[in-house]
Amino acid sequence: RGWRQRAGQAWVAWDAWVRSPRHLLALAMLLGSVVFYLLAADHLGFLITSSLLLTALFLVLRVPPWRALPIAVVATLVVHFAFYQLLRVPLPWGLLQGVAW
Amino acid sequence: MVFEPTTLITMLLAAFFGLFVGAVPGLTATMATALLVPVTFFMAPIPAVAAIVTATAMAIFSGDIPGCLLRIPGTPASAAYTDEAYALTRKGQAEMALGAGLVFSAVGGLFGTVVLIIAAPALAEFALNFSSFEYFWLVLLGLTCAVFITSEAPIKGVVTLLLGLLVTCVGLDNPAGFPRFTFGNAEVMGGIGMIPLMIGMFAISELIRYVVDTSPPAEMVVEKVGSILAGQWALAKKYPLQVLRGSTLGTAVGALPGAGADIAAWISYAMSKKFSKEPQKFGTGHIEGIVESGSANNSALAGAWIPALVFGIPGDSITAIVIGVLYMKNMNPGPTLFTTNPQNIYAVFLLFILANLLMIPLGLLCIKVVRRILKVPRNVLMPLILLFCIVGTFAINNSLFQVGVMLAAGVVAWLLEANHFPVAPAILGVVLGGMLEENFITSMIKADGDFGVFFERPIAAGLAVLTFVVWFLPPLLKALRGRRPAVPV
Repeated sequence: RGWRQRAGQAWVAWDAWVRSPRHLLALAMLLGSVVFYLLAADHLGFLITSSLLLTALFLVLRVPPWRALPIAVVATLVVHFAFYQLLRVPLPWGLLQGVAW
Repeated sequence: MVFEPTTLITMLLAAFFGLFVGAVPGLTATMATALLVPVTFFMAPIPAVAAIVTATAMAIFSGDIPGCLLRIPGTPASAAYTDEAYALTRKGQAEMALGAGLVFSAVGGLFGTVVLIIAAPALAEFALNFSSFEYFWLVLLGLTCAVFITSEAPIKGVVTLLLGLLVTCVGLDNPAGFPRFTFGNAEVMGGIGMIPLMIGMFAISELIRYVVDTSPPAEMVVEKVGSILAGQWALAKKYPLQVLRGSTLGTAVGALPGAGADIAAWISYAMSKKFSKEPQKFGTGHIEGIVESGSANNSALAGAWIPALVFGIPGDSITAIVIGVLYMKNMNPGPTLFTTNPQNIYAVFLLFILANLLMIPLGLLCIKVVRRILKVPRNVLMPLILLFCIVGTFAINNSLFQVGVMLAAGVVAWLLEANHFPVAPAILGVVLGGMLEENFITSMIKADGDFGVFFERPIAAGLAVLTFVVWFLPPLLKALRGRRPAVPV
């Protein structure tokens, strides 16, 4: 298990998913979507950011588009209701400040 | 308090949540706990604990179901006997495997609860004699245990432990009140939040693993499952020793810091095979292993609460998160929890009993509808979980910085686990690092800088010896064994 035994082996061993562009894209989207939320949520507002985030992830995970968008919007509204109305968490309104409830 | 409607309804909802999370492969019991934290944040202490206890108990059982039907364990705790259960299904005996999983999970859980009820107050009374010296050695012993038990290569465990300890150094929260590693950032001064770290390490890393998973979707073998409970009493009469051994081992392993239900199940399965009268049948569809390790993983859940409640040292990753929740609810773990507000402790005991009893009817229901559960598209579920993680983490402190912490923790945990670095020592390092330092500094102040005082008090000296034994015995044994000439086999 020491250095000598591993001398012949490569330093980095890649898993199967690295060779699949679809999985690489999915990983990038997963991590990117959190970064996107961090950067854009205050400016665009929770509802818009979250709907975009969910739709993008659904599409990259191959959820049919006609299901992706409605589920994304409904889920966003449900989560917003649960956290903003019920638990009083100040989710940012952003661009939708005018129609805030 | 336990039989109030709010608590009971919370338990019921948490049970469904736990059953669902356990049954879906890729969602773990620890993840369930991590996801519950933002919700329990807004609850009273007893319903919060009720939710977590019920959800985890259910999840550890329902992880058996996809293992049996799909050969994919729903939670890591079921991985030890997935092959066995699947082999039974192939032989047409799915209901026996599922029934054994259900009944003996409940039995194991109740056994662990009984041990918890007896051991925790007794241990707490013993712990009243503890001062900072004893706590220092105890924490050190706990961290050592975690490193040596959970890793194939202890050096990897030490690396992750030190990483966890480093993370916990960040911030103002140390005996000197000196800002460490804050880089002048106000957000970091409060330290890196433990809950966002946990959510990241357990939920985000699972999401990453799901996203990069290249294996094809699994096919379900059996269409109909017959009567589940039939024949279980006969099994109980045939294998009473296995049930007892599995439950005891499970409780003991659960009580060890860092080792939880999954390790308990593996050790128990191995023991079952070793002590069995029919070891050759293991792997071909033999129920004995499932009886023993099924009770082990559920009893480990209860066992993990023993050190958590008495010392604030988590017995497994689930209780690591629970300790964070307890601190938030002002139910600080330690002997004082037993003396100042004993009704809370009795409530916790009752909750455990109720949850394990509830497992049988709800588990039966779950098995009936599991096909519908497994049909829920995971590509829809996972992004929703991600959103919930983001918003939940934000909700704890209204801080986007913590969301960033969550993401970073998730990526690091995923990379570590992909390279076979155990995550458990890191979690313990984060949870216990502050306690370790505080007790050390307090002790040193009391002793006026004289390190010898650490060995003066009898309990402290005993714990110190124990710690040194665990540290130095394995390499010593290895060196001694090397001296003897090799014996040809």
